[in-house]
Parts: sequence; structure tokens; C-alpha cells
Amino acid sequence: MERRDFLRRSVFAGVATGAGLTLGSFNDVFAGNYAAPYDMVAALGGEAEVMFEKAIASLGGMKAYVKKNQTVVIKPNIGWDVSPEKAANTNPKLVGKIVEHCLQAGAKEVFVFDNTCDNWQKCYTNSGIEKAVKDAGGKIVSGKSESYYQEVQVPNGKNLKKAKVHELILNSDVFINVPVLKSHGGATLSIAMKNLMGIVWDRGFWHKNDLHQCIADFATFRKPDLNIVDAYRVMKKNGPRGVSVEDVVTMKAQLIGKDIVAIDAAATKLFGLDPANIGHIPNAEKLGVGTTQLDKLKINRIKV
Amino acid sequence: MYRYLKGIRVTLSLLFFIAITFLFLDFAGLFVTSVFNGVTFLQFVPSVIKFFVIGGGLIALGFVIILIINLLVGRVYCSTVCPLGIFQDVITFFSKLFRKKKFRFKYSKPYNFLRYGILAIVVIAFLLGSVTLLALLDPYSIYGRFSSDFMRPLYILGNNLLAVIFEKLHIYAMYVVEIKHVNLLTLIIPAVFFVGIIWLAVTKGRLYCNTICPVGSFLGLVSKVSMFKLNIEDSSCTQCGKCAFACKSSCINIKTKEIDFSRCVACYNCVKSCNTESVKYKFAWVPAKKETIPPSTDKTKRDFLLKSALITVGAAGLTDVVKAVSNATAKLKPYKKKFLVTPPGSINVHHFAEKCTACHLCVSACPTGTLKPRFFESGISGLLQPYMDQSVNFCNFECVRCSEVCPTGAILPLTVEKKKLTQVGVVNFVIDNCIVYTKNTACGSCSEHCPTQAVKMVPYKGKLTIPEVNQEICIGCGACEYACPVRPYRAIYVDGNEFHKPAKKPESKKLDEKQIEEFPF
Repeated sequence: MERRDFLRRSVFAGVATGAGLTLGSFNDVFAGNYAAPYDMVAALGGEAEVMFEKAIASLGGMKAYVKKNQTVVIKPNIGWDVSPEKAANTNPKLVGKIVEHCLQAGAKEVFVFDNTCDNWQKCYTNSGIEKAVKDAGGKIVSGKSESYYQEVQVPNGKNLKKAKVHELILNSDVFINVPVLKSHGGATLSIAMKNLMGIVWDRGFWHKNDLHQCIADFATFRKPDLNIVDAYRVMKKNGPRGVSVEDVVTMKAQLIGKDIVAIDAAATKLFGLDPANIGHIPNAEKLGVGTTQLDKLKINRIKV
Repeated sequence: MYRYLKGIRVTLSLLFFIAITFLFLDFAGLFVTSVFNGVTFLQFVPSVIKFFVIGGGLIALGFVIILIINLLVGRVYCSTVCPLGIFQDVITFFSKLFRKKKFRFKYSKPYNFLRYGILAIVVIAFLLGSVTLLALLDPYSIYGRFSSDFMRPLYILGNNLLAVIFEKLHIYAMYVVEIKHVNLLTLIIPAVFFVGIIWLAVTKGRLYCNTICPVGSFLGLVSKVSMFKLNIEDSSCTQCGKCAFACKSSCINIKTKEIDFSRCVACYNCVKSCNTESVKYKFAWVPAKKETIPPSTDKTKRDFLLKSALITVGAAGLTDVVKAVSNATAKLKPYKKKFLVTPPGSINVHHFAEKCTACHLCVSACPTGTLKPRFFESGISGLLQPYMDQSVNFCNFECVRCSEVCPTGAILPLTVEKKKLTQVGVVNFVIDNCIVYTKNTACGSCSEHCPTQAVKMVPYKGKLTIPEVNQEICIGCGACEYACPVRPYRAIYVDGNEFHKPAKKPESKKLDEKQIEEFPF
């Protein structure tokens, strides 16, 4: 380990522990406190980019989350070597639009990556996300080398006590999580919390040690500054990879919010299931990550 | 004209050499298929095998072109096209730079018994259906293994070093490439050849090509009846000996002013070295005097035989290496694969075993690193041939790269659509090892990765789901096996199909879903 690396990690571990003890949020350290007018924005009926622009505007625009000269990391789901219509990956148009808004807000650099399941170059290309990111002026980065990942502690985790996390997540000022809503053979649904499995290296441990608990545990680590759930096309069965376009429905929905548990709960309802039945959602609520009580939240519902 | 011969040869050979080497190094997939096929087209052994496999056809006529050229002007293949030949020249070139004394080759007699003996054995074995010896000795395949097994990791290491430096500067344009998982035992044979051939190149020039290489020996036979042969002009030759010093094949006898054209690799060093321009091509299809070669048992020959024997014995001894399996986890249920999985397009394990010369081009080209050379896992016949090791990675659903680049036809081209319906192996579920069964927690890693949902999660206890397999729609890509977190024996694995067969297309029904009009929260 290099000296600089060591220092960086030590400082980070210190911050992580401190934040954990005070039950504070990472977001305070990284992005400052922003009192958003809504806890969540839900949009329905439009194109992904259009819904995003209306939703983010109602939250005060991207400048409320990204300050001048900050670095931003965006984590879409790019897990599979399939085309956008199959909805196994986040909608590329949405990802491109988010990159654009971050840069307009004054971001110094916008990075996009995923620790993919299929061959990463093929995923990046065939998902259409690489092109969308580059066209928008962002940087697409590999997530497929252990050397990018650094071990961190997860002090509030029950089963998961440590994980190897991509350095971009650790080093960037703002972290935006952009999952796609879809069915999932193991986790029932894959939404925002499940999407965070793509920022860690050693996922086998999760599968071996109660997947639902580990997903919830990891959500106590660095909570994203913003979660944007793409539910434009939704894979209703055979997820997370899907077999054909016939697994997919066009739902034309989108959710944006900071509370990752609330976001997952709302998305589960969009999907037509009960959040209480998606193991990691109640698990995370128990750990104090967020709330599933949507009626207590201020939600802006937009129909496009 | 004669002045430029060597220059032309050197230029062309370097072009071929660099192109071939880069095929094996290219991890970023910069080359399209046609480049691969173009560069390997003229490789003699792969081209011959492909000719047999596809029953003729233009794309397999590379060896005919080589033969025609050979019949006209000698073994141009050996100095200009063969990557192992050029590799030896490069080694010889650099070794000369480090010598204090000026290095000179000198004439030596041919080891005819050895070279034609090896050629005969290799050809007979091949005709009887065993490609193993040919695979071990084919110069293109040997060089392929050098590039794939040794140079490629170094190249990637260099890339990674740069990538890490850039990464520190927050430049992510280059990326770190994971070096593929290798069974170190499979490096032994290439390493022996690597050291042996370098040593021979440094000390004896092209002795390997004229003694062991079956392609060299065969083309040498053809050279005996070439239309034009290099010849020393008796009238102008001053017997200064420069040509013999320059001859890396040691085939110029300056005393008799004779060139043993069967060993000449057409490098034209002699032509270039001659001050009196006495070395020239001469029309040779005229009745020639009978030449007699006295039998020789000089020391070098005995040395050489002894060393070759030692190498053979050494290699044979390795057959006893046994792969140890940890029995620390007695609770897990062990299983054994009946057949190693061969890549889509290889038709069946026998076709593959008989046609693959283990050049490792597919191993280099495989974007996921699933293809890996084997050692003695399937006996001597599969030695160094690749197989799909689905414990280290899995075959990408949309990819047919290996079938596109294979120069011998061991893996025949197939479309992505066909590949998606070709079952190279079949899934087996071992419930006793499954986490859902043993720990009562959710997992689904296997089904998650399955592109056809041949592995599907079905209701189990409570909210839990457990894998259920449908072998009919399984294509044997191995994504499930790769993804299964249980070790050392996994809960799901792919057993190779002896004969690849068609897989059923997964059924899919259009979903009957209504568009959501209102927010459900």
C-alpha cells in the first residue's frame, strides 16, 4: 500500500467510524445539509429524461445537490450485456441526462461505473450507457479490477462488517445512485439498495451470509446523496438479467429521493408488491437507514 | 535486385511477426475478425487442418500458397511468415549485440534421421487421429503459446502499471486488466520450449527449424524440388566464407561451394553478405548430379540427441502430476465432471481434441477469460488444448469470438443466434450444497446470472426461493457455476456434453399488464 493511499484510507476509516458513532449521515460530510422541499418526487407518464427534468426541478434543480467544482459519481445498473429494451440496465437516456445536469450545476468531473456481472466492456457498450455518458461529457470508468476497491468498515452492519468499495465512491463529493426497478431471482426485487452491490468487490460473502441482511447492512455505509429509480421500462419476471423483451413492461415511472428505504418501498409498490415482503427493506428500516412509512413523507407526485 | 532481397524479407517478416504477436496481446479487442483471419491465413499447419475440416474452400488455401512459393523459390514461409522462425531471428539478432567476439555460424551436417523421423511420426500420428504431437511441435502454435502464456501477461502488467499511475492522477482513460486465471502447470511445456528454442537460436541459429520442426522438415522436402534454388556461382566465388558465416541454417558448405537447399530458410543473409554477388537463384529443374552424404556421428549430433531425449523424458514425467483437492469441507457433496466443456462451435469433444493445435489464440481472444489451457485433465490427448473453466468465469451469452478467430477449424464459426441455442454442457444442481437449503437464507446468485432461466428460482420455505433447473433450455455457459458462492464444491455446475446438441428456446409469454395510471402510494 502506498503511503498516500494509507493516509487516505486511515482518514476515511476515521470518518466512517465517527459518522457511525454519531449516527450521522455521510451526506453531511460530503454534500452539506440541504433542506429539500420534498422528501421524494414521483413522476409518471413521460419519457425518462422529461420526467427527470421535471422531478429534479421540483427539488430545486441539481445545483441543490452538486456544488461548483465538486466531483460526482453516478452508479447506474450496467450489470448485463443486453440492449436497453430488455431493461436489465438503467435507461441510458436517463443516465446521460443526469450527467448533463451535474455538469451544468458546475461539477468538476462526473464519473460513471458499475461492477458488472457480464464482461464489463460489453455491458458498457451494449447498454448504451457508455455512449450516453461520453456524449454528455461524463467519464465512464472500469469497475472490474480489485485494485480499484478499498476495504472499509461497516460498523452498523449486522452480518456485513466490512466490504471492499470502489475508490470513486470513497473519493467523490457527491454520490448519485441510479438503479433500474426490476424483478430479481434472489432478492425478489432489485432497486436502490440492491444496486449498491455494484459498488463493492466481494459480493460472494453477501450471498453466503443472508443476502437480505447484507444488503440492508451495507445501506448503513455511505447513503447516496440522491437515489433516482428508473422505472420507465420494468422487467417484471426472469430478473435481474431477463430472457427476452417479453419480460418487460413500459411503466413510464420515476422516483427521486434521498431516503433509500422510502425509495425502495415506493418502487416496490409501483411494481405491485408489498415492501414488507422484500427482506432487505424491513431489515434496513430496523437498522434506522430510513422509513417505509410513505404516508408520513412529503411526496411530490407529478404526472407528465 | 539481389541487394534488396534480404531487406524485403526482413520488412515483411517483421510485419507478420508484429501482427501475429499483437493478435495474442490485444486484450482490448481492437482487431476485428477479418484481421485475425487475415493474419493467420498463411500459417501452414492451421491452414492444412482447416482445409480438412471444412473440406476445401478459399479460406483454407493458405498452405497451398505457401507450397507454391516453396516450390518456386524455397522456404519463404520459414523466414517470413512463421512467427517462431522470426522469433528465433530476433533472438539471434539481439544475442549478437551482446557478444564480445563477432559471432559466426558455420556449416554443419543435417540430422536427417532425426528430422525426417520426427516428421514421419507426427504425420502418422495426425493421420491416425492424434493432433497432440503436431500441436506440441507446430511452430505457429508454439509461438502462440509463448505470446499467450508469457508475453500477454507481461503486456497486461505494463498496461496496468500505466493505468495505476494515471488513476493516481484521476485519469481513467486506461483501465486495469485482470490477468486471467492460469493453471501454472500448463506453463511448464511452453516454458521448456521457450528456454530450449532461445538457447538453440543463440547458439545454433535455425537448428530447431531444421531438426525438430515438422513444418520445416516438410517444406525442406519440398525445397529439394524447387524450381529455383540458391546457388553459389563457381566462377566468381572466392571461397571467402562470408556466406557460410552468415547462414543461420548452417547449410552452406564453402569447401564444396554447395548450399543444402532443403535446410535453407530463404533468409538471404548469404546473398547480402557476398561481395562478389556469387549467391544467386538458379533454375534447378535440370537433371542434377547425385549427391552422397556420408553418415556422421559427430559429437554435436550425439549431444543433440541426448538433450532431445532428456526433454522427452522430462515431459513424460509430468504426467504424474495430480491435482490435489482439499477435503477440508467434508460436509459438501463432491461431484466430478464427466467431460470438460469445449467452446460453442467445436461440435463435440472429439472433433475439438483432434483439430486443435493449442495455439491459444482463442484463450487470448476470450473476453471473459473463460477459456483456459488444460494440462492432463483429459489425458494426453487434450494436452494444452483449451476448455471452458466455468469456475473462473463464464461464456458471454452474446459472444462468439473464439469461433471467429480459431485458425484450424477446431472451433467452427457460428452465429450468435445459433450459439444461443447450442448446448455445450448441461447444468446440474446439487441441493445439498445450496445455501438456501443449508442456511435457509436467500441467495439466487446462479439464477441471477442465467441468460435463459434454465436455472429459475421457485418458491421454497416461506418467502425463500430455491433454484430449479430445466436442462432442456440450458446452453452450458456456466454463469450459474461461476456465480455460485459455495466452495470448494459448488451447488451448481455444468458438465460438458460429449456431443454438443441443440438447446430448446426458452418459452416466453407476453405479459398482460395494465399501464399504471395512479401512484400506488
